[in-house]
Amino acid sequence: MTLNAAITGVGMSDIGRKTGRPAMVHLAEAARRALECAGLTKEDIDGISTYPGKADNSPGMSPLGTGEVRNALGLKTRWHSAVPDGPSQMAPLMVAAMAVATGQARHVLCFRALTESSSQTATQRASIPGAGRARLGGWYSYLVPANAMSASNWAGWMATRYFHEFGMTREHLGMIATGQRAFAQHNPTAVMQSPLTMEDYLGARMISSPLGLFDCDVPIDGACVIIVSAADAAKDCARPPLAIEAMGAALGSQESWDQRADLTTMGAHDAAAEMWKRTEMRPADVDVLALYDGFSIFVPYWLEAFGFCGHGEAKDFIAEGNIGPGGRFPVNTGGGQLSGGRLHGFGLLHEACTQLWGQADGRQVEGAKTAVCGMGGGFIAGSMLLRRD
Amino acid sequence: MRPLPELTPENTAFWTGGAEGKLMIAFCADCRHAIHPPQLICPKCWSDKVESRAVPGTGTVYTYTVNHQPWAPGMAVPFALAVVDIDGAPGVRVTAEVVNADPESVAIGQTMKVVFLNIDDIWLPRWEPAQ
Repeated sequence: MTLNAAITGVGMSDIGRKTGRPAMVHLAEAARRALECAGLTKEDIDGISTYPGKADNSPGMSPLGTGEVRNALGLKTRWHSAVPDGPSQMAPLMVAAMAVATGQARHVLCFRALTESSSQTATQRASIPGAGRARLGGWYSYLVPANAMSASNWAGWMATRYFHEFGMTREHLGMIATGQRAFAQHNPTAVMQSPLTMEDYLGARMISSPLGLFDCDVPIDGACVIIVSAADAAKDCARPPLAIEAMGAALGSQESWDQRADLTTMGAHDAAAEMWKRTEMRPADVDVLALYDGFSIFVPYWLEAFGFCGHGEAKDFIAEGNIGPGGRFPVNTGGGQLSGGRLHGFGLLHEACTQLWGQADGRQVEGAKTAVCGMGGGFIAGSMLLRRD
Repeated sequence: MRPLPELTPENTAFWTGGAEGKLMIAFCADCRHAIHPPQLICPKCWSDKVESRAVPGTGTVYTYTVNHQPWAPGMAVPFALAVVDIDGAPGVRVTAEVVNADPESVAIGQTMKVVFLNIDDIWLPRWEPAQ
């Protein structure tokens, strides 16, 4: 069932808050590290792919497009693509997988760069779509004018409904935040490494109920590069290729954060179901989980979407210790975006690959051979299953 | 300053109905499907006979959140945002601020009625408790 595509290298820049470093400096650093990881040179790269492309509709959200990166890195490519409307931050990886599987390229440099931390000022927050514009169009024009400006609002009302239907409490979300922080303490690149107790979590200020400060990921400056290679080309790389076993990109509801009939589910459920149709592997075969945690509440949604537990059962699944350090299904072992910083899914996948190559040091999941990654929240979702043979 | 929606052929009735105190929702004239956000074409049957009609302006809170973070200069917090299932328009929800109520009093299942905030050429729907 495996696609003829594999991940062969990953690289992350020195991420941080208010780094003051231009996005391209982060990007070049991440690219250099990814090439070194894969054992490739610049000349081997013949494709480039990103999400969403250069975008100025939200401060620091996407300062670099493929054009600028091609120019800056001097790349000659056979395939280039930026995907603003695809299945989540996973889209550029999926496009790359399809490009190499169909012979359009052999090694595609997939990137995500953000300078959201440096872009925040006293009067300007990051991740406010349409910021600074007089008039808005598209799906967020039905939310932002109503003062539903932040994704924390949109995730907040999903969480309210989920709590109402299934009896989840803030303590359950606190187990995610504190568990991921415990992982982050073993990850030198995580931006938040100081201990986080349940008391700290519960005592932090509310952002958009029921989500508090530690339910929200951390805006950072940084870049991440992931190299997707054709299966035959991957054999020549420095590390064992991580085969892309299956991907899922289905979306059964409209592009909206409030109209999906059942807001205790999200796009993740459609994408994950589609992915499992394309493989004989099952959730029980997965060793490491990388689940989008722009907000903590997305973690139980993704757990249920992938079928690690039933609908409404995530609170017990989490309370039983399945997803934290030492758990059977460890989630976001690098600290996730909650403690590691918001690299828009790429950081989570970077960590999953690091685990599969056995290089996660103090947080290494013993014998990890398979990983699942789900990126996105709300209607935005894409999933990928990786296998190291 | 609060960003406002751009008026388009499909959304003008929704954003200006408040001038007459009406919550206007788009419906397909052929298959009766309620369409929100409004579209020029019915997503269900692809008819181009889409018309906007006033609904009662009441609904039931499906979910909500209380926002505590000032996302823009001058934003007064806290306030509640309610996602409301609209009476007379099956499957349609309208998300808006809750006014004339303690934000912490908002609850799932509560009945709301629409009121409007006029800024320039836009009438933003907002929710207040029906009782």
